[in-house]
Amino acid sequence: MDNTLLFAVISLSAIGVISAIILYFVAQKFRVIEDPRIDIVAELLPGANCGGCGLAGCRAFAEEVVRTEDLSKLNCPVSSSEAMKQIAAAMGLEAAERDPMIAVVRCSGSRVNAPQKVIYDSAVSCAFAHSLSSGESGCPNGCLGYGDCVVSCKFDAIYIDSVTGLPVVSDEHCVACGACVTACPRSIIELRLKGKKDRRIYVSCVNTEKGGPAKKNCAVACIGCGKCVKECPYEAITLVNNLAYIDYNKCRLCRKCEPVCPTGAILETNFPPRKEKPAESASVADTAEA
Amino acid sequence: MSLLTVSGSPHVHGHQNVKSIMYGVVVAMIPAIFVSVYFFGLDAARVIFISVAACLFFVWIIQKYLLKGPLTINDGSALVTGVLLAFNVPSNLPVWMIVVGALVSIGIAKMSFGGLGKNPFNPALIGRVFLLISFPVQMTSWPVPKALFAPGVTDAVTGPTTLGILKEGLNAGKSVQELMGSSGFPGYMNDMIGAQGGSVGEISAIALLLGAAYMYFRKIITWHIPVAYTGSAFVFSGILWLVDPARFIDPVMHMLAGGMILGVFFMATDMVSSPMSPRGQLVFGVGAGLLTILIRVWGAYPEGVSFAILIMNAFTPLINRSFKPKRFGEVPAKS
Amino acid sequence: MKTFKSGGVHPEENKLSAGAAIEALPLPEKVFIPVSQSLGAPSKLIVEKGAVVKTGQLLAKGEAFISSNVHSSVSGKVSRIEEITDTSGYRRTAVVIDVEGDEWDGQIDCSREIKAEITLSREEIVKKINEMGVVGLGGATFPSHVKLMVPEGKKAENLLINGVECEPYLTSDHRLMLERSREMLIGIQILMKGQDVKKAYIGIEKNKPDAIDHLKKLAAEYPGIEVVPLKVKYPQGGEKQLIKAITGREVPSGKLPIEVGCVVNNVGTALAVYEAVQKNKPLFERVVTVTGKSLKKPSNLLVRIGTPVNKLIDFAGGLPGDTGKVINGGPMMGKALTTLEVPVVKGTSGILVMPEKESKRMPVVNCIRCARCISVCPMGLEPVLLAQLSENQMFENAENERILDCIECGSCHFTCPAGRPLLDYLRLGKNKVGIIIRNRGKK
Repeated sequence: MDNTLLFAVISLSAIGVISAIILYFVAQKFRVIEDPRIDIVAELLPGANCGGCGLAGCRAFAEEVVRTEDLSKLNCPVSSSEAMKQIAAAMGLEAAERDPMIAVVRCSGSRVNAPQKVIYDSAVSCAFAHSLSSGESGCPNGCLGYGDCVVSCKFDAIYIDSVTGLPVVSDEHCVACGACVTACPRSIIELRLKGKKDRRIYVSCVNTEKGGPAKKNCAVACIGCGKCVKECPYEAITLVNNLAYIDYNKCRLCRKCEPVCPTGAILETNFPPRKEKPAESASVADTAEA
Repeated sequence: MSLLTVSGSPHVHGHQNVKSIMYGVVVAMIPAIFVSVYFFGLDAARVIFISVAACLFFVWIIQKYLLKGPLTINDGSALVTGVLLAFNVPSNLPVWMIVVGALVSIGIAKMSFGGLGKNPFNPALIGRVFLLISFPVQMTSWPVPKALFAPGVTDAVTGPTTLGILKEGLNAGKSVQELMGSSGFPGYMNDMIGAQGGSVGEISAIALLLGAAYMYFRKIITWHIPVAYTGSAFVFSGILWLVDPARFIDPVMHMLAGGMILGVFFMATDMVSSPMSPRGQLVFGVGAGLLTILIRVWGAYPEGVSFAILIMNAFTPLINRSFKPKRFGEVPAKS
Repeated sequence: MKTFKSGGVHPEENKLSAGAAIEALPLPEKVFIPVSQSLGAPSKLIVEKGAVVKTGQLLAKGEAFISSNVHSSVSGKVSRIEEITDTSGYRRTAVVIDVEGDEWDGQIDCSREIKAEITLSREEIVKKINEMGVVGLGGATFPSHVKLMVPEGKKAENLLINGVECEPYLTSDHRLMLERSREMLIGIQILMKGQDVKKAYIGIEKNKPDAIDHLKKLAAEYPGIEVVPLKVKYPQGGEKQLIKAITGREVPSGKLPIEVGCVVNNVGTALAVYEAVQKNKPLFERVVTVTGKSLKKPSNLLVRIGTPVNKLIDFAGGLPGDTGKVINGGPMMGKALTTLEVPVVKGTSGILVMPEKESKRMPVVNCIRCARCISVCPMGLEPVLLAQLSENQMFENAENERILDCIECGSCHFTCPAGRPLLDYLRLGKNKVGIIIRNRGKK
C-alpha cells in the first residue's frame, strides 16, 4: 500500500519535473523579443480592431507606430485626440492635430421621396442587390437600405430608420473608422468633417443621372442645375456628372446654398432655425423631411 | 397589375421544404408506432403522446419567453424529436421522467445551440442518454411484450431485452448457443416482428425497415449512412463471430436485436448532426458501426447504438472538413 | 442514355410552347439597340443621330479581340442615341431607330433557297462570322469568332452542338431544330470547317423526341455529324456538363473546354453562322420563346433585336392580370426584369411571365444541413459552406473552396428545403473573389 503511494508520488513528480524542463527549453527556443512599447501603445488604443487606420487591427497599428516611430502618417480615427496625444507622449513623438470626422449618408431617397417600383426578394445584402438590379426605387445610385453599413459598423453607430428605410448615423457613437464607407456598394457614405456643434451642410444625393431621369425616380435628387454652385461665395461646390458636391474643407457653413436648391437635395444638420423668410425655408424643410 | 418582383435566379423551387421532410420522417415512424402499441398496449401510446406534447411545449415556451423570436413550433422538428425520444425509452417510464427527457432533448441539446439545424448532437439521443445515466433502473426494466388483448398476462411483468439476456448470460459464463436456445429468448423471428423486450420504438425490425424504405423513396435519407453503418457493424461482428461463435453473437442477431435498425435509419441519418458529403457520410457510418459493436461486446451496457452515434456526431465537423465532395474537374496534384 | 454524372436536378419542364411554330413578330415602330451586346469590351458606335440606316447596316464596331459588331435590325432613321434602362434597371447607351419600311442591306441574300455548298476558306469563315456580329445565342453571348480561333498549342477535336435546352419553359432551340434543321446542319459543317474538326455531336435531351428523330434522319446525309440523345437533367446545357455527358471528359477547374479538345456552340448559333456565312446576313434577329402559365398564347417568335419586350408579350396575348414577375431567360438562370420597356438583345432566349403566386420565394428558415445542395451541385462544390463564407465576408476561404468553379446554375437554391438564398450569396462571393484576384494581379 505504502509502496503504491510512494510510487505514484515519485512518478508524478518526475513527470512534472521533466515537463518543466521541456517547457523551459521550448520557451527559450521560441521566445519572441518584442518591443515593450508595442504593449504600451496597444493599451492606449480602443481595441475594436475596426481597421479604420488601414491596418489589420489595433495590434498591427501599435506595431506600425513602434516600427516607424512616426505619427504623421498614422492616425487612429477612433481614438480621441487626447488618446493620440497620450500615444505620442508614450513614444516621445508629436501628434498631429486632426479635426474629428463623421460618416454622412448622402441619400434622402426614402420610401416617400423615392417610391417603390419593384419588389426585391433576394438575399438581404446591399452588395447583392446592387449587382442584381438598380434597387426598388429604380435609382441606380441611391441607398438600397439592406443594411450592409449597419452590419459593418463595430460601434453600433448606424441603424436603419424603420420609416424612411435609410441608414441613420449617430453623432454620438460614430468614430469615423470608415468601415461603412467601404461596405456601401454605392459609395453613398462619406467621411466628412464633423463640424462645430455637429453642424454640417452636404448634398444628400449621389445620383449622376441627368435631371429628368433622376427626378423621375426620386423627388429629392440632385438634378445638376448648378444653382448652388453659383450661389456659393467660397467656391466650395463643384458640379461633376450632373451632381453637385460640397467640399467640406472649403465650406464655411454660410447656409446660402441650401435655400436655392430646387429639389431640397442639400441638407444641413443641427443649425438653429432660419430667421428671415420663414415661409420659404419652411417649405424647403418640408420637402427635405418628407 | 401589382409591382414586379425582382429576385436572383432560380425563380422556381423544388417541392421539398423543411416541413415536408420532418413530417415525412413522422410518417415513416407510424408503422413502428402501431407495432409498439400492439405489443406494449396503451402504455406505448401514452409515452409517445407525453413525449411529443412535452417537446412541443418546451419549444414553444423557450421560443416565446426566452428567445422571444419567431415561433417555429409547426415545422415538425420538435415532433420528430418527441417521437424519437419516446421510441428510445421503455413503455413503463414514469411521466415525469419523460418530461425531464424532453426538457434535456429540446432545452439543452437543441435550443441552447440555436434551435433547428444548429445542434451538434441528435437531441433525442441526448435525452435518452441523459435518462439512461440518471435513471438506470427505470430505463432498463422493459415490460414484456404481449400481443394486444392477449389474456392472462398482467401489465407489471418486466424482463430484459434480447441483448440484455445475452450480455448477462455471457458475463455469467454461458455460451451464446446455450443462451439462444434457452426459453424466453425471443429468437430471430420475434426480433423481426417485434415480440421482444425493449424500448417503445426499437422492437420491430420490419416496421422500421418499412418506414426506412418510405424515407428512401421520398428522398429524405440517402443510402450512404445506413449501408456503411450496417455494413461495418455486420462485417466487424461477423469477424468476431467467426473467431469464436460461443463468445460472440452472430451478425444477424446484432442487426435485429436492440436499437440497431432504429438507430441506423432514424437517428444516424439525422441530417443536422451527420456529415454532409457522401464520402463523409460513409466514414460516419463505418465509424458508428464499429463503435456500436465495440460497446455492445466489451462495454458495460448491452446496447451501444446511442453512444456510438453520439460519439460520431462529435466527429461530424471534423469529417465535414476532411471529406469534401469530389470536385468537378479536379486536377490531381502533379508530383 | 448518356448524361453527366454528379449532381443535377429535374425541375418541372413546363414546355408550354413546344408545339407553337415560329412566327415572325411584326416590326415595332421603334427599336432600341444597345451598343454592347456581347461579353467583352464595349463596341464603338459608328452612326450619328439623324442617320438613315438599312436593315443589317453596321451600327457599332467591336474593335477589341473579345467584342462584337452590332447591326441595325430595321431600316429607318436614328432618332436618338441615348441611355436606356437595361434588364437590371441600370442605364446603358443604345441607338433608337424610328422604323420606316423594311429595306435590307443590298449585300444580304434574301432568297429562301438553301445554299449548301461551303465556298469560303477557314480564315474567311472566321472573318465573316466576326463581321456579321455572331455571338453565342445560348445566353452567354460570347463572340463566336473568338471561339473559332483555337489558342496555340491546343487542338480542337470535337464540336459539340448544344440542343439540350435544359431550362424549363424555353422552346426556341427546340423549334429551330425542327423548322430550320437543314440550315442548322450546314451551319454546323461551317463551324467544323472553321475549326478544322472532323466530328460534331448534337446533344439533345430525351424530352424532345421529335427533334431527335428528325435530326437523326437528316444528319445521316452529313458526314461527321452525330445526334446524341441525352437523359433529361438540369443543368445539362452547361458547357462543362455537356462535354462530360457526351465525351466523358472533364474540363479542369478554371480552364476552357478547349483544354479537353472540345468547343461547344448552341444550335441557334449554328443557324446564325449559316446565315452569316452563306447568306451574308448579320445577326439582327433571333427566335425568342414567350411563355408563362397564365399567358394566353405561349409562342416562339422571330424577333428583331431591339424590339421592346412588351411588344412580344402583347403579341402573345397581353400581360396577364396576375403577373408577378417577368423573366428574361428561363426560370433557373434567367434575370428578373424591372421594367417591360427593355429591348430584346442577342442573348435573350426567352421571356417568361410568372404569375404572382409563383413569383415570391419561400420563407427562409434555418439550414438543416441536409446536404441536398451538395448532392445536386454539378460542380461538386459545397454551396452551403460557400454561401456561409461569403455571407460572413470570408472571401479568401471561399476562393480556396473554389467558389469560382460555380456555374450559377441555381440547383442548390432550387433544392434547398430551407429556402436559403444560396446562389445569391455564391454570386456575391464570386464577384468579390474576382475583384480580389484582379487586385492581386495589379500588385
